[in-house]
Amino acid sequence: MSLLQVQNLKVHFPVKHGLFSRVRAHVKAVDGVSLEVGPGETLGLVGESGCGKTTLGRAIIRLIEPTAGTVSFEGEEITRMDGAELRRRRRKFQMIFQDPYGSLNPRMTVGEIIGEAIDIHKLAADDDARDARVKELLLAVGLDPIHAQRYPHEFSGGQRQRIGIARALAVEPQLIVCDEPVSALDVSVQAQIINLLKDLQVQKGLAYLFIAHDLAVVEHISRRVAVMYLGKVVELAESRAVCREPKHPYTQALISAVPVVDPDSKRQRIVLPGDVPSPIDPPSGCPFHPRCPVAEARCKVELPALREVAPGHWAACHLAK
Amino acid sequence: MSEPIDTTNNPDARRPRTPWQLFWGRLRRRRFAMAGAWILVGLYGLALFAGFVAPGNHERQDRERFFHPPTLPRFQDWRLVVPRYEQTKGGPFVYKARTDDAKPVRFFVQGDPYKLFWFIPTTVHLFGTGEASHPVLLFGTDQFGRDIFSRILYGSQVSLSIGLVGIALSFSFGMLAGGAAGYFGGRTDTLIMRLCELIMSIPGLYLILSLRATFPPKLSSAHVYLLIVVILSFIGWASMARVIRGMALSLRERQFVLAARALGLPAWRIIVRHILPNTLSYVIVAATLSVPYYILGEVVLSYLSVGIQEPDASWGNMLTAAQNTEHLQSYPWLLAPGAAIFVTVLAFNFLGDGLRDAADTKSN
Repeated sequence: MSLLQVQNLKVHFPVKHGLFSRVRAHVKAVDGVSLEVGPGETLGLVGESGCGKTTLGRAIIRLIEPTAGTVSFEGEEITRMDGAELRRRRRKFQMIFQDPYGSLNPRMTVGEIIGEAIDIHKLAADDDARDARVKELLLAVGLDPIHAQRYPHEFSGGQRQRIGIARALAVEPQLIVCDEPVSALDVSVQAQIINLLKDLQVQKGLAYLFIAHDLAVVEHISRRVAVMYLGKVVELAESRAVCREPKHPYTQALISAVPVVDPDSKRQRIVLPGDVPSPIDPPSGCPFHPRCPVAEARCKVELPALREVAPGHWAACHLAK
Repeated sequence: MSEPIDTTNNPDARRPRTPWQLFWGRLRRRRFAMAGAWILVGLYGLALFAGFVAPGNHERQDRERFFHPPTLPRFQDWRLVVPRYEQTKGGPFVYKARTDDAKPVRFFVQGDPYKLFWFIPTTVHLFGTGEASHPVLLFGTDQFGRDIFSRILYGSQVSLSIGLVGIALSFSFGMLAGGAAGYFGGRTDTLIMRLCELIMSIPGLYLILSLRATFPPKLSSAHVYLLIVVILSFIGWASMARVIRGMALSLRERQFVLAARALGLPAWRIIVRHILPNTLSYVIVAATLSVPYYILGEVVLSYLSVGIQEPDASWGNMLTAAQNTEHLQSYPWLLAPGAAIFVTVLAFNFLGDGLRDAADTKSN
């Protein structure tokens, strides 16, 4: 059984303006996404800015209320839980944030930040046990236990990201949604954080939903990868398959844009015309058709379903083989 | 497993200064703000030791000395002396110093009994002559022959503390209301904000007076004190709530607040632990700048005789004696509490301006 099951999830934000704040339109940030994450697995989620990755990640752990669809965790529907029940369940699924500067409360010490998570779920018998646990967590993420008394501004970006990871680990979750956890860091620090995440996954059997816009990072950490475009998943397959033989024309264009360290490379670069359409008024049929190099007449009218084009390789394209 | 990042045993790794240390450093460089702060420390110290510093009891009336002019001790034979003043027959309340009948000013003299810090009974006063016939009247006396200097000291206990108590009440309520409005948004926000606008749209003085009118006019001073604080706070929380609401609106989108929600913290805890502490630098500045509002509010109410009741002293009801222009012309020392208010309000404004500049890191 899968750990996390997302079915046909939609997040539509109303756009209000006019005299009586009438809802004039909806931004379809996430528009019918279905995916699964197994225990201890990493599912990568890639796509360009504004495609709805972050919204999807936040809607899955109900930091944003989904408009429609269901999210189930261990067979229980998160989307149906009431406030108190949801708060108790939250320790099972955590989040690591993109901005290492904004994700820690500047007025709290590191010990308070991590300790609060332990306190709220009553995971330590007393204050001493909690402090011991905080030290243990700091060691686990590669920081010195003495750092518990310091404030976030005394740390570098990479160190702060480690603190954010320790906070997420404090409640012993089974799933962590990583929302672009390395995109704000130096490349050398990125590798350290990704290796830390991989080590922790092996030690604690964590599952990750790893959101990123960097395909190389996602390929390195994920077993499977989902590619998003305009609020929809357009391709979902093993990370190797997505990177080596992409089936969807959008993924093909993405892969061709990854820089290669080989000056003699004669790879063909696919340049997509135009911009990403507005999610308020997405194109009819396949949302990718106005920019697609191989679009046909039926792409303009018929929405392609996500179908299995090869064993374990799903793509939402009429023409994919 | 990556290696722990070791900065602890590195002698060169100096701890960076905390935001509060930087703030303090900037504040100390502002001379007016520091002067204001020291004046306030002095005034609050005097209020605390009012019974000790005051030469007499603030309620004691001296029927021989109505409207007695201020008497400054003089140097004579290498010590400070105060002469005895005698009423001349020429007109009412005209006094003449008898230089041949002077008594030295002594320190730590016995005098009227009082309770130090409201619970230690004692009769020792900082200064005085020790004799009722030679009172040290630094600021003169009022129409009942009461020592104005002593009354200012006792009155400062009311006037200075009312600001702090009022701020504590209105700001804690305003912060909670504003925090809740900003964090929850939607209907809660609309409800709280419309209520704030309602309160703010009514002219302040009329609202104060009509609220005061809903209670019986004659109440004990302790009750009136509480009533004034509650009335002024009832009006004062609205503007605070509005600003805090705006800050909470932006803070709730910050990732550390999202992280707190993801951890399953209850809403009130997120507001109290994560949102409100991040508004503190603003709140401290705003609090300092609004203390004068409470002091002046008490002055206005007492001046209109619906505040602190005689014979208890407050700066406001002392000024009531100065209402009479005829008195004011003949006995200008009745305005002494006005000077005390002026100094206090000015000191608070200097300190508040300094705090605001020090909190604004961009101005440097």
